[in-house]
Amino acid sequence: MQQLLFMGSFPEAITFKVGIYVDWLVKWLMHNFGDIFNAISDGILWVLLKIEEFLLWVPWWGILLVIFLLGWRYKKITAGLLYAFLVLLIGSFGLWGYMMSTLSVVLTSVVISLIVGIPIGILMTYKDKLEIIVKPTLDAMQTMPGFVYLIPAVLLFGMGMVPAVIATTVYAIPPVIRLTNLGIKNVSKEMVEAAHSFGSSNWQTLYKVQLPQALPTIMTGINQTTMMALSMVVICSMIGARGLGMEVLIAINRIDIARGFESGVSIVILAIIIDRITQGIVNRHKVPQQ
Amino acid sequence: MTVKVKVENLTKIFGRHPKATLKKLKGGLTKEEILKQTGHTVGINNVSFDVNDGEMFVIMGLSGSGKSTLIRCLNMLNVPTEGSIEVNGEDIVKYNKQELREFRQKKVAMVFQHFGLLTHRTVIRNVEYGLEIRGVPKEERYEKAKNMLATVGLEGWEDKYPSELSGGMQQRVGLARALANDPDILLMDEPFSALDPLIRRDMQLELLDIQAKLKKTIIFITHDVNEAFKLGDRVAVMKDGVIEQIGTPEEILANPVNEYIENFVQDVDKSKVVQAKHILFKPSALVSIKDGLKVAVKEMKTNGISSVFVVDSERKLRGLVTIDDTIKAMQDGKTLKDILIKDYFTTDPETYVQDLISKASSSKYPIAVVDETDKFMGIIMRVSVLSALT
Repeated sequence: MQQLLFMGSFPEAITFKVGIYVDWLVKWLMHNFGDIFNAISDGILWVLLKIEEFLLWVPWWGILLVIFLLGWRYKKITAGLLYAFLVLLIGSFGLWGYMMSTLSVVLTSVVISLIVGIPIGILMTYKDKLEIIVKPTLDAMQTMPGFVYLIPAVLLFGMGMVPAVIATTVYAIPPVIRLTNLGIKNVSKEMVEAAHSFGSSNWQTLYKVQLPQALPTIMTGINQTTMMALSMVVICSMIGARGLGMEVLIAINRIDIARGFESGVSIVILAIIIDRITQGIVNRHKVPQQ
Repeated sequence: MTVKVKVENLTKIFGRHPKATLKKLKGGLTKEEILKQTGHTVGINNVSFDVNDGEMFVIMGLSGSGKSTLIRCLNMLNVPTEGSIEVNGEDIVKYNKQELREFRQKKVAMVFQHFGLLTHRTVIRNVEYGLEIRGVPKEERYEKAKNMLATVGLEGWEDKYPSELSGGMQQRVGLARALANDPDILLMDEPFSALDPLIRRDMQLELLDIQAKLKKTIIFITHDVNEAFKLGDRVAVMKDGVIEQIGTPEEILANPVNEYIENFVQDVDKSKVVQAKHILFKPSALVSIKDGLKVAVKEMKTNGISSVFVVDSERKLRGLVTIDDTIKAMQDGKTLKDILIKDYFTTDPETYVQDLISKASSSKYPIAVVDETDKFMGIIMRVSVLSALT
C-alpha cells in the first residue's frame, strides 16, 4: 500500500475541489452586484453596436477610400492602393460583414484600453505605490495566454460580444500602460525642470511638455495594443464573438479548408493593414531631439 | 547697494529621511560618514551668502561640489532641508504652492546646462513658454518673444525647431526664453559648459553686454575658473557642499584663504583678471614741475633710476625726463619744461594686464597710471607686467 502511495499515480485520497467555491463566489457576485455587471454590459454593448452600425452604414467604397487615403498619407501611394485592394479582396470572399464585426470589437476594446490605460500609465510615474502594484500585475498579464481571460469574462458576462470586448481589453491593455509610463519617464529631466522653473503647474507640465514628448512612445503602445486586440478577438470567437474568428472556428470544426483559408487570410490582411497604418502614424509623430 | 537674495544657513540633504540625517550632520559627522552610515547625500551644508541687486554672482566649484543643488534651491526646484532664502525680503522657502508658482512666473528664470528646450516646439514657441504659463495673450507674447529673439541675435529663426540649431544658438534660445519673462533674477546653471570654446567666449561677452543693458541680478554657476573670474562681480568657491571663500576675483586671487583655493586659482589666466591698479606702485622718486633740474638729478641718482615722471602741483602728469637730458640741460641752461618727453604710454587703473603687454614691450619707459582727471597714480614697471602673469 505504502509503495503505491509514493510510487504510483496521484492518490485519489488527496482531493481539494476549489471549483465549487469559485462557483459560489461568482454566484454571490452576480447576486449582489448583478446590476453593476448589467450596466457595464449594456454600456459596452451600446458602444459596440453603434460602432458596428456606423462601419456597416459607410458604403463599401467609402471604407476602401479611407484605407487608401490613410495608406497614402502615412506610407505612400502604392501602399494605399495595395491596402485598398486587399480589403476589396476580403469583401470578395463574402466576409465584409464579419470583418466589420471583428473591427468593431477591436475598436471598442482599443478605445476602452486607451481611456483606462493612458491615465494609469501617467499616474504610475507619480505614485510609486501604484507602480509597485501595477508593474507585477502587468508582468503576470503578459505571461498569461490570452485563452485564460475567456474564463472570468464568461463567468461574469456570459457569452457573446460583451465578454469578448472585456477579455480583449484586458488582454490588450498592458502595452499602452507600459509605454505611456515609459514615455513619460523618459522625458528629459531638464525639460521638466525647465517647465517647472517657469511656474507651470503639474497639469500644465503634463500636457504642454510631457505628453507631447511622450507621444511617439505612447503611439507605439497604441499600435501594440491594437495588434494584441486583433489577435485576441479571434480567440474570443470561442465565447461567441461574431466575426472572422468565428468563421475560422467553424471551418476548423467542419474541416472546411476553403472557408478556413479565406477567413484566415482575411485576418492576416486586416492585421497587416492595421499594423502598417498605425506604424506610419507613429513614425509621423517622431519628436525631433537635440 | 541693496541685497536682492539673502541665503542663510541653507542645507539640502537627499534621501528618504533628510530631517533625521540633518541631526547627524549637526552632530558633527562628515559628508562621507553620513553617506556611509545612512545612504543620504549632503548636497549643500549650511551655506550663507548675499547677492546684491544688479550683481553678477558666480558660484564656482568642481562637479559634486553642490553648486547645481544650490542654484536649484534658489527657485525651489530643490526644496531645502533647512535654512531660509529671502528674495526682496520674503522667505521663498515658506511659500505655498500658489505663491511659489507666482514667484517662478514673475521673479526668477533659469537657463540650463543642456538648454532644456522643448524639442516639440518651434524656437519662438519655446521663448513664449514662460509668457504662455503666465497667461499673456497670444499676440502680446508673440511680439515679446520676437523682440527677445532679436536681442539675442536670432532674427529669422523663429519657426525653426531647436534640433535645427547649433549648440550656441540653442543656448541663445534658452537665454531669450528666460529673459522674455523679464525676471528680476536670472539663474544660470553652467549655461556655456556644453558649448565649444570659441562660441563660449562669444556668449560670455554677449551676456556681459546684455547684463550692462538690462541690469538683472544674475546667479551664474560654472566649473571654469576663468569664466568665473571673467564674468563675476563676486565669486563664491564651493567644495563638498560648503562655500570656501566669497570675494571679488581680485580678492580671491590675491588672498586665497586655503590651499584648495590656491590650487584652484592656479590656472587662472591672470592677464584677464589683474588690472593696472593691482600692479602699479607709487614711485619714491617724483619730480614737481616747479622743482629745478638739480632736484631731478638728485632724485634719479639717489633712487638709481634713469628717468623720472614730472607732475604739476595738482599731481597731474606733465611728462618724463631722462637723466641724460637733464644733465645736458643743466649745461645748456634749459629748464625742466624744455626737456619733457611725451612718448611714454599711459593707462587707466581699470585696464587689464592683458592689454598692457604690448605697451610694456614696445616702450623703454615705465607705463604711467593716471585716473580720469589725468592725476598721476603710479607707474607700472615693464617687469611687473610680466611677473603679474605668473
